[in-house]
Amino acid sequence: MGILDVKGVNKRFGGLQALGDVNLSIAENSVHAIIGPNGAGKSTLLNCLVGKLIPDTGSVMFDGKSVLGRSPHEINQMGISRVFQTPEIFGDLTVMENMLIPCFAKRDGSFEMNAIGSVMKQTDVIEKAEAMLVDMNMADKRHMNAASMSRGDKRRLEIGMCLSQEPRLLLLDEPTAGMARADTNNTIDLLKQISDERDITIAIIEHDMHVVFSLAQRITVLAQGTPLVEDTPDNIKGHPKVREAYLGESA
Amino acid sequence: MFGLEKKDARLLLLVLALTMFAPFILNPFPEGSGWAQFNAGYPDLMQRFVIFGIFAIGFNILFGLTGYLSFGHAAFLGVGSYSAVWMFKLLSMNVLPAIALAVVTAGIFALIIGYVSLRRSGIYFSILTLAFAQMSFALAYSVLTPITGGETGLQLALDDPRILDGAAHAAGNIPVPGLFGLEMRDSAELVLGAWVFTFNIGYYFSAFVMLASFYLAIRIFRSPFGMMLRAIKSNQQRLNYTGLNPRPYTLAAFVISGMYAGLAGGLMASMDPLAGAERMFWTASGEVVLMTILGGVGTLIGPVLGAGMIKYMENILSKINSDILHTWFAFLPDGLENLLVTLVYPFIGKGWHLTLGILFMLVVIFLPGGLVEGGQRIAKLFGRKKAKDTDGGADAANSTTPAE
Repeated sequence: MGILDVKGVNKRFGGLQALGDVNLSIAENSVHAIIGPNGAGKSTLLNCLVGKLIPDTGSVMFDGKSVLGRSPHEINQMGISRVFQTPEIFGDLTVMENMLIPCFAKRDGSFEMNAIGSVMKQTDVIEKAEAMLVDMNMADKRHMNAASMSRGDKRRLEIGMCLSQEPRLLLLDEPTAGMARADTNNTIDLLKQISDERDITIAIIEHDMHVVFSLAQRITVLAQGTPLVEDTPDNIKGHPKVREAYLGESA
Repeated sequence: MFGLEKKDARLLLLVLALTMFAPFILNPFPEGSGWAQFNAGYPDLMQRFVIFGIFAIGFNILFGLTGYLSFGHAAFLGVGSYSAVWMFKLLSMNVLPAIALAVVTAGIFALIIGYVSLRRSGIYFSILTLAFAQMSFALAYSVLTPITGGETGLQLALDDPRILDGAAHAAGNIPVPGLFGLEMRDSAELVLGAWVFTFNIGYYFSAFVMLASFYLAIRIFRSPFGMMLRAIKSNQQRLNYTGLNPRPYTLAAFVISGMYAGLAGGLMASMDPLAGAERMFWTASGEVVLMTILGGVGTLIGPVLGAGMIKYMENILSKINSDILHTWFAFLPDGLENLLVTLVYPFIGKGWHLTLGILFMLVVIFLPGGLVEGGQRIAKLFGRKKAKDTDGGADAANSTTPAE
């Protein structure tokens, strides 16, 4: 039993079998990577975990509870946070406000009608958001408009927002896509640091093998909607089936 | 002060001063002079300024913060007016119960309409609200005539029960709305030389209600709830994946702004106790959208400015006729005078909509932030000059915040 257990999940879009009998177990406090060529069903699988899609059959259990049929905000409140391929942040708000919102969500739940008190008087939430900004090394940017930051900073802000909810499982969808090498390495270091310092499980979908092999403890290879193999990074590197799926080597 | 940041407290004090001294500020020209027609300091118009100000402040809580563009807010205004008139007919001519019922009924209506309309966003939401408002208008205009008075509107009658007032008004005239003996239509006049200033009870009552609404709006803007509403406008997807449910937030904002509209409707009926279906017509819903955009969407003071601007033009510009134009240009040779009058004429009188349209276009194109942005740019212009003088304007650029 891992923290997340996916059993027999199928998802079909019309004639396309996007996911075929996916079984996956992610161990608590590990870093688990899901890799696979384009169209392997990685994003579909991720969407099934966060409530954006509902699988046709199968079960997805998080910490012993089913997530199926719950809406994204409910699943998030259970302890699963998601980082998107293109950073999803509140672009019109300041960096500080971006950080405050998940802190409020953590403290008050999915809806709280606090329309009279000033944000400035919620000292516990403000302190927490400040601390997270310092952790993310962006305290000097707190009054900036979030949309005006660089791609790498937006990514760091998004990760920080997810972390301030103290999730038990952090899902990352190609977190370094479209990043320069330096930004990619910074992100790798940040994720390493997060996984070392915090009581958190990380599941990462990634294209970039450099990222995968420097972070993951377990790797699942997905091809045509089905898991091919699951193993440690060292074993995956030389695995013939993986080479075949990626490079089309049949010999 | 009042639990507000310094800047917001200053803004509130400014609005307080403007509303309290409005009879002076709006009457700058002496009585009987050629400019007197530009005076806006008469009770009827001043009441409209603040009442539509309330309407626009409430609308801005929905549109400015969440970005949901409702095209049916006049329905709540109409519902508020009808409720208030019914309260005058049945219970008492005191305005307080009438306004209370107006707010509550509008809130209930907003809850129902919002619950259905908020299942969709963007243009579909706008169309749904528009459809609901037009249905309400059609109902009020024909089907529900026993309740709404239909085409003639709902009016007071001499034989209305007025349970609480009872025999107090048996004397033969239809009583007028009041507040514990103060009649809303009563005015005091102050004559200073050639100037005449009118202080109307109804205006001051409405102005105090507007100040309270404005204060509440500031609190909402600065609260965690207000921040969530802005987050909805910015990125609903991220909000969902941050464990927050946008539906109750948008519904709460919709109901609050519906109640503001009901309050405005109730006040309108308190100033002049009749209610007609045309208050719910879609052009009335469009007008509050114009007010908000003209003044500045998502700003605190913008909607009030926009409401004032539009109501001023509607009431002042539309009164200018060709005779007045001829007297203005009388100093010119006849041919030129006639030419100028012909050129200007389409923009005044019944043509005031044309002027409004051009003004609206100019604001949207050159000042997307509305009149408030215009004010900020002017302030910045002066601020920059000052910064050059003192050589230390570094923090001037940092102090601009999104919601002024």
